[in-house]
Amino acid sequence: MSHENTLRVLQERFGAGGFTTSEFRDNFRVIVTPSQLYAVLECLKQACGFIMLIDITAADYLHYPDARDRFGLIYSLLNIGTGERFYVKTYVNEPDLTLPSAFPLWHGADWMEREVFDMYGILFDGHPNLRRILMPEEFTAYPLRKDYPLRGRGERHNFPVITRAEG
Amino acid sequence: MALALSDSIVLTQLDKLANWVRKNSLWPMPFATACCGIELMATGASRHDIARFGAEAMRFSPRQCDLMIVAGRVVMKMLPVLQRIWQQMPEPKWCISMGACASSGGVFDTYVTVQGIDRFIPVDIYVPGCPPRPEQLIQSVIDLQEKIQKTGTLTGREFVKRDHSEAPRPLAVEMEPTQTIVAPADFATGTRLRLN
Amino acid sequence: MPVEAIEPIAVEEPEKEYLWTLNFGPQHPATHTTLRLILTLDGETIVNAVPDIGYLHSGFEKLGEDLNYNQYVTIVDRMNYISPVANEIAWHHVVEKLLGIELTPRCKYIRTLFAELMRLHDHLLCIGAAALDLGGFTAFLYAFYQRELIYDMCETASGQRFHPSYTRVGGLMYDVDDAFVQKVRSFVNGFPKAYHDIVRLLNRNRIFIERTRNVGVLSKEDAINLSCTGPIARASGVVRDLRKDEPYLAYKDFDFKIVCGTAGDCYARYLVRMEEMLESLQIVDQAIENLPGGPVNVDSQSKVVLPEQLSTYRSIESMIQHFELVMPNRGFEAPRDELYGAIESPNGELGFYIVSDGSERAYRARTRPPSFIHFAIFPHLIKGHQLSDVVAVLGSLNIIAAELDR
Repeated sequence: MSHENTLRVLQERFGAGGFTTSEFRDNFRVIVTPSQLYAVLECLKQACGFIMLIDITAADYLHYPDARDRFGLIYSLLNIGTGERFYVKTYVNEPDLTLPSAFPLWHGADWMEREVFDMYGILFDGHPNLRRILMPEEFTAYPLRKDYPLRGRGERHNFPVITRAEG
Repeated sequence: MALALSDSIVLTQLDKLANWVRKNSLWPMPFATACCGIELMATGASRHDIARFGAEAMRFSPRQCDLMIVAGRVVMKMLPVLQRIWQQMPEPKWCISMGACASSGGVFDTYVTVQGIDRFIPVDIYVPGCPPRPEQLIQSVIDLQEKIQKTGTLTGREFVKRDHSEAPRPLAVEMEPTQTIVAPADFATGTRLRLN
Repeated sequence: MPVEAIEPIAVEEPEKEYLWTLNFGPQHPATHTTLRLILTLDGETIVNAVPDIGYLHSGFEKLGEDLNYNQYVTIVDRMNYISPVANEIAWHHVVEKLLGIELTPRCKYIRTLFAELMRLHDHLLCIGAAALDLGGFTAFLYAFYQRELIYDMCETASGQRFHPSYTRVGGLMYDVDDAFVQKVRSFVNGFPKAYHDIVRLLNRNRIFIERTRNVGVLSKEDAINLSCTGPIARASGVVRDLRKDEPYLAYKDFDFKIVCGTAGDCYARYLVRMEEMLESLQIVDQAIENLPGGPVNVDSQSKVVLPEQLSTYRSIESMIQHFELVMPNRGFEAPRDELYGAIESPNGELGFYIVSDGSERAYRARTRPPSFIHFAIFPHLIKGHQLSDVVAVLGSLNIIAAELDR
C-alpha cells in the first residue's frame, strides 16, 4: 500500500515540515498539532478519498516512558476505493483538552467522540451531543485515565441493600 | 403472599402441598445481561430442556414470574434496574445467581462491576462457572426445588426471618497486588485482598 | 436510585404534545440484553429514538492495561460472546502483528477454521433471534441445535463450550485431534439440511418478508459515512471484506465468495447472512480436508511460546524459556510502539489498537467494536417506522451488548 500520493497531497497543503510521519509494521502515521487537526482530516477526506472513519481512540501517556504529552488521540481512516489505511495522531495536554469535532466530516464520529469524552475527559468543539455514553451521567471521574484506579474509588459499593424480609 | 397467621399456627400438609406446587412450576424471569444469557437460552432450547422441570414459561414481565435468574455481570448502571425488577416481583420469589460474575464479580474486578449481586439483592442459589454449563443451571433449579420443598411455607414465613444483609463482610483494606503474600496454607487470605 | 430518563430531546412546544415517550429496555426480551431506547412516538410511528447504553460497561479496556497478552484473551473472549473464538483470534492477530511473529501453517488453518465456525455460530444466532423476535420460534430451535453442534466441536478442541480462551501468542492452547476432525466432517455433512430447513421457513415467508422488507433501509453513502462494516455494510452495497482485501491467516488459500446486497434493508441483511453461512461452510470444508501437519505453536526460539513440557525437564534452554515466560516481572519483550490491526469478525471489522510500552502488558488496549458503531446508526434507520419495526431492525443489526459497552 503506497502512501506517497497521500503524503504528497498533504505536503503540498501543509508544507513539507508541517507535520511528522512515522511507520510501524503496516501502520502509516502522521502526527499533527491540534490546531492543524481539522484541516488535515478535511484534506484527507476530500482530496485523498479517505471517506470512511474507522475509529477514534485516545491514550493516556502519563506512565509511558519518555512521553512528552499526556493525551494522544488517534484517528484511523480508510480509503474504500484503494483499501489504503491512514492514521492521524495528535497530542493534547491539560488544561486545554479541547479539540475540533470530526462530526461534520464523518457522522460515525458521533459516538466515538462521546466515548473518548466519557473515558478521558477530552472535549470536542462542535459535537452535537457531548455527554457521557457508557458511564452513568452522575459519574464524576474519567475512568480510563491512568490516575484512576482499576477497582475504582468505591463507587461500585455505594448502593442501597435490599434484604429478603423487605421483599 | 404472606398471610397474617400468628406464629402458633403450623400448617404442615398445606405447606407440603404448596411447596410441591410452587417448586414444579417455577416461572423464571431471565435477567440475562451477558454471556450467561446465552447459556440460559441454550438451557431453554431443545438439547437441555428446562421445560422438563416446569420452568418453561420464561415470561419477561416481573409481575408474572417467581424465579429471577440473574445471568451475567451486573454493573453500576444496571443495578438499580435489577433492584426495581426484584421489588416488582410478587411473593413468593426466589433468586438464582447464575455464573461467576453475578455471584462475585467474576473476572471483572473493575471500577464499575458489582462484586456479587448478593451485596444488594437476596440470593437463594449460586451457580458457579464462566459460563455455567446448562446442566449446572438445571442442577441449580433442581436444588432450588429441593430447597423449596424442604424449607418452604405456605405463608412465606421463611422469608421474614432473613432480615440481614447476606453479603460478604465489607473488605476493609484493598492491597496492591505486589504487596500481597501468598504463603502456603494461607487460604483465608490467599487472594489479593486482606481482611484486616 | 431510580433510573432517570435522560432525554435531551425535550418536547416543549405545545403543538407537539401528542408525542409520547416510551422507554424500551434495558430489561426487555427483544433488546438482546441490556440496551435501552427512549422512543418518542406519534401514535405508532417513531419520531425519534435516543439510545442509552452503558448497562453492561464492565471496564474491559482498563483490564487490558492490567493483564498480559496471554491473560487478556480470557477477557476479550467475553466481548462478542456469541462468536467467542473470533475475538480471541482478532486479539492475538494484532498481538502477533505487534511482536512480529509468523504462525505455523497448521495454526493458521485451525484458526481460520475456528473463525469460520464462529461466523456460522454468530449468524445462526442472529437469524434465530431475529426470527424469535418476530414470532417464529421454530427457526430459533433449528438454529440453536446447529449451534450446539458447534459447541461440541469447541469442547472437543479446548475443553469448554464457549469462552475457551483457545489462542495463545504464537499458537493455540491445544492441538486438535482426530475426534475433532470427525466432528467437523459430520457437521459439514449435516449442516446443509438444517440450513435448508431454515430457508424453507423464512426466506419466502410472507410474514417475515412483510416485516423486514424496506424496513431500516441504509444507503451506501450513509453506510460509509457512519463507519459501518461487515454484513450490514455489505448488504447496502459496500463491497469490502477484510478476508479478501487484507488477507490474514490462511484465507489466501481458500476459494470463497463475498456476499453483498444492494437494498440495504433488514431483509437484505438477513439474506447476506444466510449466504455468508454457506460460504463459511465451504471454507470449513476446504480447511478440514487440507489441514497441514506440523507443529501448531511457533518454535520456542522466538521466545514467546512455552516450550514442550518434557523438554523443560531435560534441557536448560527450555527451562530458562519457561522461567522467562511464567515468572512475574518477566514475560514478553514487545517493541515499544503502537499499532492497529483488524480482522473480519462476523459482526464487522473487529480491530484492536495496542499501545505497547515494551513490557508484557499492553499499555492501552482499545477495541474497535463493530456493535458500538452499528448501534449508533439505529436512530437513523428507525425514523418514520412503526413501533414493531424496532424489533426487526434491532435483530438485523446484531447488537451484542458486551461488545457495545465493553
